[in-house]
Amino acid sequence: MHAIADAFVLAVKMIFTGDPEVYGITARTLEISISSTLIGALLFVPLGCLIYFNNFRGKRLLISIIQTCYSLPTVFVGLLVFLVFSRAGPLGIFGIMFTPQVMVIGQVILIGPIVIGLTISAVSGVSPAIRETAISLGASRLQSVWAVLKEARFAVLTAVMVGFGRAISEVGLALMVGGNIRGYTRVLTTAISLETGKGEVALSLALGFILVALALIVTVLANRFLRVKEADVAQSRAPTS
Amino acid sequence: MLKVERLHHSYGKAEILKNIDLGVERGEVFVTIGPTGSGKTTLLRLVGLMERPTSGYIYFDGHQVNNSERQRLEIRRRMAMVSQKPAVFNASVFDNVAYGLKIRKENGASLRHKVMNALETVGLSGYERRDARTLSGGETQRVALARAIVIEPELLLLDEPTANLDPVSTSHIEKLVTDVIKKSDMTVMMSTHDMFQGQRLAHRMGVLIGGEILQTGDPREIFSLPQSRKIAEFVGVENMLGGVIASNTEGIVDIKLHGAVVEAISNLGVGERVYACVRPEEITLARTKESTSARNSFSGEITRIVLFGPLARIELDCGFLLVALITKRSAEEMNLQTGDRIYASFKATGVHVIKG
Repeated sequence: MHAIADAFVLAVKMIFTGDPEVYGITARTLEISISSTLIGALLFVPLGCLIYFNNFRGKRLLISIIQTCYSLPTVFVGLLVFLVFSRAGPLGIFGIMFTPQVMVIGQVILIGPIVIGLTISAVSGVSPAIRETAISLGASRLQSVWAVLKEARFAVLTAVMVGFGRAISEVGLALMVGGNIRGYTRVLTTAISLETGKGEVALSLALGFILVALALIVTVLANRFLRVKEADVAQSRAPTS
Repeated sequence: MLKVERLHHSYGKAEILKNIDLGVERGEVFVTIGPTGSGKTTLLRLVGLMERPTSGYIYFDGHQVNNSERQRLEIRRRMAMVSQKPAVFNASVFDNVAYGLKIRKENGASLRHKVMNALETVGLSGYERRDARTLSGGETQRVALARAIVIEPELLLLDEPTANLDPVSTSHIEKLVTDVIKKSDMTVMMSTHDMFQGQRLAHRMGVLIGGEILQTGDPREIFSLPQSRKIAEFVGVENMLGGVIASNTEGIVDIKLHGAVVEAISNLGVGERVYACVRPEEITLARTKESTSARNSFSGEITRIVLFGPLARIELDCGFLLVALITKRSAEEMNLQTGDRIYASFKATGVHVIKG
């Protein structure tokens, strides 16, 4: 128990004394995981809709495969990205191995199945009447899908948040393709792993607290953002006339 | 304005619509009536370009609707549809009504002005900030109507707009529809299973039964001169007496029923199986056999008297069942009781003959 309490104190101290290394790692962690989440959302929310709103052979099978990939091991994705982007790999000429860029690419792949799968669940929860209504009022195909997405906004946000959670908390991939280079690709999770290995348990725990706090703050902000929009409507549930 | 030719539609093996031909003129209110499951909704969905027909043609404003997504969207944007159970977006009433305008890239003051006008038309001024999902059924239907009329469609499609509403909301919606039509030059195609609603709103009606348009015409025509037994049954002709034409003298026929003869006007030939339809309100009752100009008079026993509102519905056994509708007051003055023997008469011109 002492170790945990000490770590907590250390974490608070590090945050408030502005330890440049800790700040650097934290900023980089956020930068990488938010980038991959945003890119992932832009790619995979539409892809989820594309799958849901089209009928084709093997659709069910595809969805099952996507769901299976929710639990894709991070080291496995790391290995694949490593093989593709290492000097000898097919995309080795880009020379981005052990850079934040390749970490983002890896994380985008990692969160793909979750964001696609949860987007499909989100839009399938919206009554088909919503899309029909949009179409009957003159919406194009794209506009009608947008209407459904808007209707499913909470569930879609959840999909993106779960993706973010997976991105910020993974360590296997960051270690394998990022390389845990100090001041360049070291993020909170790889730092924790390293410090624990070195026996610096208190520092590890402190970094862990920061990680959890970050996840909490981002989630709260995202929810707050939605609630504010919702309040426009909820505020005046009572008739004004 | 709208023309439909040889339209067929099936879902799998089930044939929903068969060979539909119809036309709707600009500014007209065309109502399809028919029982539940007769294909009314499917017909509206096809006309509204929400679905593609299995075969057949639809012409809108002189243009044949083809398969190009772009052309379909363009035409779809000139109409609006209100469904039987409208869904509202999880947003304010204002945003719900503004939807059709927003996707047509309207915004700012003109959008606000139009939305407010539409809300005023449907009597929902002051509701604009309400969460649309908290509205009652009647209010929801009014939002759906406002949402459709705000885009000033050339063709407004209404699918049983009052099917799930209480009588007060129903008459409110009916009044709205009439008002909206009067104020604008909107063409309306509407479906209903309520034939009286059809009669109240329609300029012209089409009877859709079992996926086929069996008769089109103005409401009066359909109610008084149904062309077939199915239509007669649907529009509530209660007395349908099956028989055979025994003679035809210059258009006056004698129809032989079980032990009785009914005189009517028809150009059908001798030996033809027919139904003699008599609307209950065409029948007059008397205690004694009077001599009147009515060519048909039968004596019968009252088997049942049902009072509703100011009217009395009298069922008579004349060897065949005959239903008469008279005022409650006249039933009271005649002191009609179950078991009484009375005379029922109706004119030969009050009989509508349809082929059996």
